[in-house]
Amino acid sequence: MILTYIETREKKIKKSSLEALSEARQKAAELGTEAAAVLVGTGMEGLATELPSYGASKVYLLESASLDRYSTQDYAAALAGLVKKLSPAAVFFSATAMGKDLAPRLAARLGVGLASDCTRVSVRDGGLEFTRPIFAGKAFLTFRLTSSPQVVSLRPNVFPLAPAAAAGEVIRETVDIPITAARAEVTEVLQESGGEIDVTEADIVISGGRGMKGPENFGLLREVSALLPRSAVGASRSAVDSGWIGHQHQVGQTGKTISPNLYLAFGISGAIQHLAGMSSSKVIVAVNKDPDAPIFKVADFGVVGDLFQVIPPLKEELKKLRG
Amino acid sequence: MDILVLVKRVPDTESKIRINQETNSVVEEGLNFVLSPYDEYAVEEALRIKGAKGGKVVAVTVGRDESLVILRKCLAMGADEVVLIKDPLPETYDGLRTARIIARFVQAKYPDARLLLFGKQSVGADNSQVPAMVAEFLGIGQANVVVKLEVEGETATALREIEGAQEKVSLTLPAVVSAQKGLNEPRYETLKGIMMAKKKEIPIVSIEELGLKPDELAPRVAIIRMDQPPARQAGRVVTGIAEETARQLVEYLHTEAKII
Repeated sequence: MILTYIETREKKIKKSSLEALSEARQKAAELGTEAAAVLVGTGMEGLATELPSYGASKVYLLESASLDRYSTQDYAAALAGLVKKLSPAAVFFSATAMGKDLAPRLAARLGVGLASDCTRVSVRDGGLEFTRPIFAGKAFLTFRLTSSPQVVSLRPNVFPLAPAAAAGEVIRETVDIPITAARAEVTEVLQESGGEIDVTEADIVISGGRGMKGPENFGLLREVSALLPRSAVGASRSAVDSGWIGHQHQVGQTGKTISPNLYLAFGISGAIQHLAGMSSSKVIVAVNKDPDAPIFKVADFGVVGDLFQVIPPLKEELKKLRG
Repeated sequence: MDILVLVKRVPDTESKIRINQETNSVVEEGLNFVLSPYDEYAVEEALRIKGAKGGKVVAVTVGRDESLVILRKCLAMGADEVVLIKDPLPETYDGLRTARIIARFVQAKYPDARLLLFGKQSVGADNSQVPAMVAEFLGIGQANVVVKLEVEGETATALREIEGAQEKVSLTLPAVVSAQKGLNEPRYETLKGIMMAKKKEIPIVSIEELGLKPDELAPRVAIIRMDQPPARQAGRVVTGIAEETARQLVEYLHTEAKII
């Protein structure tokens, strides 16, 4: 069995968890085993019925009032209890903020290694082989884990969704959660204004660099973003370090490493630490005044020109496309 | 209050990474190694908490003698003590192993530490594993990717970054906190600090001393190979009147790349 942890936010299943489940189902089939999913929290039963359509033949519900709010310790303890009961060959997570918080805690609890933020999983000689970016994508590491179960987290936005018709059984499980003195618990979630999507989850990222000239001009990028569904605004390190936009928008080696379908770079020269963070984007577009900017070496489509002149007609063309 | 800061030596972010295909490792020659950027935020936060609440800041790394240089940087920034846990192995990319070493070290040498600060990940292995694993081994709470931290008596409140929002995490000490950019603005070393750091004898703890069993030290990661990323081809470049280039761009995205 490959067990996939399904993350929810505001009582909705995260798309990246379905990506992980899709990949788990395909690897499980190659290994000749089944894919299962687990939901942790309260009031999850309605969501459980969505999961067989991504290949889960069993959906486990770990429900308890004490799991209503996210606490890494309690969630890891609950999952470890289930893993001990089911002995899956592997446990998959999506490498989201929660996945990165929870998967290592579970792995340590089980005393096993963790393959984090993988961009490829293959089956070889009856076992799993993992590939993940290191140095923010300046190199790739391919490896096996010598411990079992194999705990794995998959980078969001990399693995395709693969709907599959399967009859799935929903199973309620109870596990004991030890009470610990030194605790950590999420007490509140503070939404960012406007409910923007994160650059790691967006299909399209529209980024600005030093060429944006100042914080006021990032509004132009937000206007472009408003015309493109599931898009987010990103930034280079120099724009963030100049205080033009919050660091949560930063793309690159000390920011976020992303793989959107489309990366639009405005006024970004393309420093090596920036290229590392975005060069696994499927399509890259660069708009820059300097024809020698390194970003053009990785761009599928480049516009040599002044971004302040290109953006207004670009918006018009996008509006035309939307009809 | 004793604060431990766990740090790591990494190549700076301007480095071009080359691979030795025979040893499946990164070619270190010609690289400029630094204190991992996120660790700088952790050191700074520790110094600020000490400044406000008193106590002692101890910076610790697991590595070879080459890592002494980042410990000297921590001293120059203002750390009271530093310790090198000497590990004969080069990079294993195995967070579990490193976390076991650190957890055992904390239990043996600093059992009274109230706060363990880390960078949210090392810039290099990029695993984001060790802080949470150490917290689990020590049986204490954690808050990762933290952009704001307030310590009050035996509790702390952390704001941690999640997708498009922040989570407020309430912690009972001792606890593990990993630092994200935005937590603070790290200070520069002072000349006096650098001079003092140069002279200081740095204590070294061997792995054997910590009594870890061979099985606990065996890496769980079996490296098969390391590769450079596939090179991207430069595509089409257009220039000219803005209206025309914008039209060509949208046409490319719509009809050729079929992405919008």
